[in-house]
Amino acid sequence: MIPELGHFALIIAFAIAIVQSVVPLIGAAKNDAALISIARPAALVQFLFIGLAYAALTHAFIVHDFSVLYVSQHSNMVQPLMYRISGVWGSHEGSLLLWTLILSIWTIAVAVYSRNLPEILMARVLAVMAMISTGFLAFMLFTSNPFERIFPAPLDGNELNPLLQDPGLAIHPPMLYMGYVGFSVAFAFAVAALLGGKLDATWARWSRPWTTIAWSFLTLGIALGSWWAYNELGWGGWWFWDPVENASFMPWLVGTALIHSLASTEKRGVFKSWTVLLAILAFSLSLLGTFIVRSGVLVSVHAFATDPARGVFILAFLVIVVGGSLALYAWRSATVVSYGRFLWFSRESALLLNNIIFLTAAAAVFVGTMYPLVVDAFGIGKISVGRPYFDTMFSLVAIPLLLLIGIGPVVRWKGDNWSRIARVSAIIFITSLVLGLLLPFLIEEKLNVSTGLGLAGALWVALTTFKDLFIRLSQKVRLPLSYIGMIMAHFGVAIFVAGVTVTMTYSEEKDLRMVPGSSYNISGYDFRFQGVRKVQGANYTADEAVIEIWRDNERSGELLPQKRVYSGKGNPMTDASIDKTLFRDLYAALGEELESGAWSMRVYYKPLIRWIWLGCLFMTAGGVLAVSDRRYRQTVKQKFNLKNSVASST
Amino acid sequence: MQNKQSTVLRRFMPLIVFAALVIFLAIGLTLNPRLVPSPLIDKPAPEFELPLLYGEGKFTNKDLIGHVTLVNVWASWCFACRQEHEGVKYLSRNGVRIIGFNYKDEPQNAKAWLTKLGNPYQTVVADNDGRVGIDWGVYGAPETFLIDQNGIIRHKVIGPLTSVDQLDDLIEASQKENFDGLLKALKSLKQQLVE
Repeated sequence: MIPELGHFALIIAFAIAIVQSVVPLIGAAKNDAALISIARPAALVQFLFIGLAYAALTHAFIVHDFSVLYVSQHSNMVQPLMYRISGVWGSHEGSLLLWTLILSIWTIAVAVYSRNLPEILMARVLAVMAMISTGFLAFMLFTSNPFERIFPAPLDGNELNPLLQDPGLAIHPPMLYMGYVGFSVAFAFAVAALLGGKLDATWARWSRPWTTIAWSFLTLGIALGSWWAYNELGWGGWWFWDPVENASFMPWLVGTALIHSLASTEKRGVFKSWTVLLAILAFSLSLLGTFIVRSGVLVSVHAFATDPARGVFILAFLVIVVGGSLALYAWRSATVVSYGRFLWFSRESALLLNNIIFLTAAAAVFVGTMYPLVVDAFGIGKISVGRPYFDTMFSLVAIPLLLLIGIGPVVRWKGDNWSRIARVSAIIFITSLVLGLLLPFLIEEKLNVSTGLGLAGALWVALTTFKDLFIRLSQKVRLPLSYIGMIMAHFGVAIFVAGVTVTMTYSEEKDLRMVPGSSYNISGYDFRFQGVRKVQGANYTADEAVIEIWRDNERSGELLPQKRVYSGKGNPMTDASIDKTLFRDLYAALGEELESGAWSMRVYYKPLIRWIWLGCLFMTAGGVLAVSDRRYRQTVKQKFNLKNSVASST
Repeated sequence: MQNKQSTVLRRFMPLIVFAALVIFLAIGLTLNPRLVPSPLIDKPAPEFELPLLYGEGKFTNKDLIGHVTLVNVWASWCFACRQEHEGVKYLSRNGVRIIGFNYKDEPQNAKAWLTKLGNPYQTVVADNDGRVGIDWGVYGAPETFLIDQNGIIRHKVIGPLTSVDQLDDLIEASQKENFDGLLKALKSLKQQLVE
C-alpha cells in the first residue's frame, strides 16, 4: 500500500510542478498578483509530496518490501540498515528521485530565502525550477518508476552493488547532487532575468551566494568520490578520467568560471551576457552529467540504445531545457548592455582570462568524453580517449592558471600597470621558481623540470596568496569574509597542486608475490607479511592479510587488507588497507591466493596524497566562508534554519 | 552593417553549437551498433604472433585451432570491459575457452586489473601497440570474436557481450555452427542476466 501512496504522491507532485511552471509565468506576464502568489505555496506543496514519495521508497527499503522491483534489485535481508537507506539512490530510478527531492529543497530554499526579491522575479525563478522538476518527474513516471511492483515477490532480494557499500560512497551522490542541482538556482535566475529582460548587477548579487554554495557542495562531492575510489577500488589512484568522473568535473570547471565571472558582473557590471551564458552552461552540463551517469550513455556507446525510450526522453529533455534557454539567450541578450569600461590590464581582464582557461579545460574534458560518441555517430569507428590525453591537456592548462591565481587578485579593477605588478611579484616569482626546481634536486639529486615546475606553481600560489593577505591585514581594515574565503580557496589550490605533483612523481607501487614471513622494502618502509586469516563481517566473509610495517627496526604500524565475498553474490571485492599520515600513505591491497600459501599483493607508498583532498577541503571551506559574508548573512541564516526543518521532516 | 551581423552571429552561436551536438546525439541514438559489418566473418583469423601477458612464450593464430574459442578484446583503461567482466568470468566458469586479447595497454595495469577483478582467461596475449588489433579490425574495447575449431571467425560482438541483444546474436551464431557447449553456457548466462 505504501509504495502505491509513494507513486501517487509523485503523480500529485508532477501535477503541481506543471501548475507551478505555468501559472506564475502567466501572472508575471499579465502582472497579476494573485497568479504570481501561487509560486511559493506550490513550491512548498510540491516539496512535501516529493518528500512523501522519497519517504515511501525509503520505507520499502527499511522493511524489506521485495515486492517493489527496485528494492528487490538493490537490497536483501542481511543488508545493514545504513545501506538500505543509502540503497535508495543506489541505482537509476532512486537517484532520479533523490535528484528531484534535492531540487525541491533548493526550490523552497530560494522561496524562503529570497523574501527581499521582487515578486515578479521570484515567480519566474520558481517557475523555471518547476519546469526542471516537471521534466524529472515525467521521466520517472513514464520511463523509470521506482515504485514498480513485481509479482510474485521474491523471498529475498538481490544486493546493493558491494562497491557502493562504503560510508564514503553512501554520502557521495547526495553531495554531488547538492552541487549539480544547486546550479539550477543560478540557471533559474539567469533564465528569469532573460525573461524579464532585466540583467543588472543586483541579479548577479542574488545569484552569487547560491552559485558559490552549490559549487562548494560539488567540490566536496567530487573530492569524496575521489577519496572513495582511492580507498575502495584498490588501484591506488585518485582520479581515473572515466566518464562518470568527467561528468561531475565539467560542471565544476564551468561553475568555477561562473563564480569568477559573477564577481565581475556584480562589482563592475561587465560580462553580463557572458555570465548568463555560463550559468546556462553550468547547469546544462550538470544535467548532461546526471544523465551520462544514469543512462550509461558513455559507459558503453551501446547502452544508450538498450532502452530507447529513456534515451529519447533524455535527448528531448536536454533539447527543451538547453535549447530553450539558449534560444531565449539569443533572443534577449541583444538588449543587454555591459556599461563597465576597463583597460586590457585589469582585474576584469584577469577574470576573463580565468574564464577562458576554465572553459578551455572544460572543453578538453568534454571533447575527451564525448568524442567517442560523436565519432561513432559518424560511423568512423569507436575510439576511447585515455589518461595521456587528459594529463597532457591539464598540464598545459595548469601553467597559465597557476600564474594567474598569483596575479589576478592583486590587479586593480578598471586598470592597473604592468610594472607595479611586476615589482610586487618579481621576488616571489623568482623565489618560488628557484625553490621549486631545487626541491626535486635535493630529494633525488637530479633535475626534474616537470616536478620542479609543479612545486614552483604551488609555492607561487601559496606565497602570493599569503603576501596579499598580510598586506591587507597590515592595513588594519576589517577583511570581508568573501575575501578570506577567496584566500582560503586559492591556498587550497596550492595544497592541491603540491599534493598532485609529489604523488605523481614520488609514488612507488609494487606488485608482489609474498609468502608468510617474507618482507619487502619500499621507500624505507619494510612490509612484513605475517599471513592470511578468515574474518566474518556483517554481510560478507573475508580473507584478511596481516602486514606489519617496520621502519628503522621499529614496528610502526599494521595493514590489514581484505578480500571480501558478499553474501548476495559470489564475486570477491578488494578492500585495501591504508596507513595514513599527513605526509604519506602506505597502502596494501590483497590479490589472489597463489600456490602453497603465497599471495599476490599490491603495495604502495604515496607521499602527500592526503594533500589532494585537503586542498579540496580548503576550497570547499573557502566557498562556505565567502557565502557567509555579511552581504549575504541574513539570507544564509534563513537557509540553514530551513535545512534543519527539512532534515527533521524527512 | 557588418557589426550588426557579427553580434547576431554571436548571440546565436551557443544555440548553433548545441544544435550540432544534438544532431550527433540523435544519430548516436538511432545507430544500431550491431550493424557494424566485419569483412572477416567466415574467414580464417588473421595471422599473428603475440607475447603472453604472463610468462614467456608466444601465442599465434595456430594456437586457436582445435577448440571453439572466444577471443575477448579488453583493456584496463576500458570502462565497459569492467561491466562485461562478470559475464566473461561466468562463461569461463562454465567451461568456455576464452583467450584474453589485451589491447593497447600497459602490462602492469593489465595485470593489476586482472588481479583485482579476477582472471577468466585461459591465456592472455598482449597487443600493447595495437598492431595486431588493426589486422583483426578491432574498433575499440570490448570486442569479442567467436572462432571455430578450424580457426575461422564466425561472429564478432562489438561492445559488451553482456547486453541481451549482443548475447542473442552470439547465441544465434553458435546455434548455427552447432557449438553445443558454448551454446549452453551462453544461454545460462542470458538466463542470469535476465533475472
